[in-house]
Amino acid sequence: MYTQALNTRETTTESSPDADRFQARIDAEERIEPNDWMPDAYRRSLVRQISQHAHSEVIGMLPEGNWITRAPSLRRKAALLAKVQDEGGHGLYLYSAAETLGVTREELQDQLLTGRARYSSIFNYPTLTWADIGTIGWLVDGAAIMNQIPLCRCSYGPYARAMIRVCREESFHQRQGFEIVLTLCRGTPEQKAMAQDALNRWWWPCLTMFGPPDTDSQHSDTSMQWKIKRFTNDALRQKFVDATVPQGHFLGLTFPDPDLHLDEATGHWQFGAIDWAEFRAVLAGNGPCNRERLEARRKAHDEGAWVRDAALAYAAKQRNAA
Amino acid sequence: MNTPLWEVFVRARNGLAHKHVGSVHAADATMALQAARDVYTRRGEALSLWVVPSHAIVASDPADRESLFEPTGSKIYRHPTFYEVPDEVGHM
Repeated sequence: MYTQALNTRETTTESSPDADRFQARIDAEERIEPNDWMPDAYRRSLVRQISQHAHSEVIGMLPEGNWITRAPSLRRKAALLAKVQDEGGHGLYLYSAAETLGVTREELQDQLLTGRARYSSIFNYPTLTWADIGTIGWLVDGAAIMNQIPLCRCSYGPYARAMIRVCREESFHQRQGFEIVLTLCRGTPEQKAMAQDALNRWWWPCLTMFGPPDTDSQHSDTSMQWKIKRFTNDALRQKFVDATVPQGHFLGLTFPDPDLHLDEATGHWQFGAIDWAEFRAVLAGNGPCNRERLEARRKAHDEGAWVRDAALAYAAKQRNAA
Repeated sequence: MNTPLWEVFVRARNGLAHKHVGSVHAADATMALQAARDVYTRRGEALSLWVVPSHAIVASDPADRESLFEPTGSKIYRHPTFYEVPDEVGHM
């Protein structure tokens, strides 16, 4: 999903015979592989984006993990466990892709744990009720799919291949989420109200997941030129809204946006103004759960240290005995 | 010490070759196999797994691509279509 890193500007545009050949390969839709020549800015941009994407998957396990022990049935619990395990897996595919660019896993983890790396703003919101779990699957994973499908054709081979695996698995996430919300909407008035409340809280943060409006960020120009990114933030956001609004209406829910209406001329759902000040505040570390998320991650890392040490000590002992 | 890196290869069906799918970090071979199973085969993608220490792989340098692979470009006589067989002879 989780490609807000694309909104950081890379200004370096190199001009050299190597750089020209590189751009010609990109223009010819050739994939770039790890040991190929690439501009430093392309490498930096990819490391930042892929690692931020990986961090988002890993941090994304936390809000949902919050509900595993309280899932309302065994069926829901098994599905949620599998989903959270998938998110961990997605993080690992992505770290593995980032490492092909010459960074180590330890460096990337360190960037996350020391707060130097970013992850998607969406995971700094709390999961207050069971309806939030359904809503995350339906909306957050739905937005993720919109963002990730074009990344399957990204110019960098290892990232594109990781995204193909991720997308194949993500569809289950969205459908299981929608099913949770559907069940609540067909339940008691209290259950339906719970689903409505979750939509009210998650709708706007989901729209910011696509990053700032195109008018604010020419930042993605180089990403587009390098075919890391293929659609603008606004184009993807509109696609998401157009796909999601009819689903919400099917559920009998109301979107928390009085300006939302179908533009008959264009066939697009027009939505109201997004609160970008809130988005920037959450990205800057002042969302409802930023501190809690990083603390949970650090705690897990620290408390797992003895396991990593023991595994390495055991491996060393076996090597020496051999 | 950093945890060693392993490349993961998966055979999806008997009759297919193992194919590279990505990498994992693990302290030893046994743990690398377990991690590869958890990360790359959650949906019946594999009948068999290989893990290989990443440092054991020797790769050609993309910069050598021309000197390594270009020479075969001109050797069109290695392909069956280089040879003329009259139509009357039929499929060969």
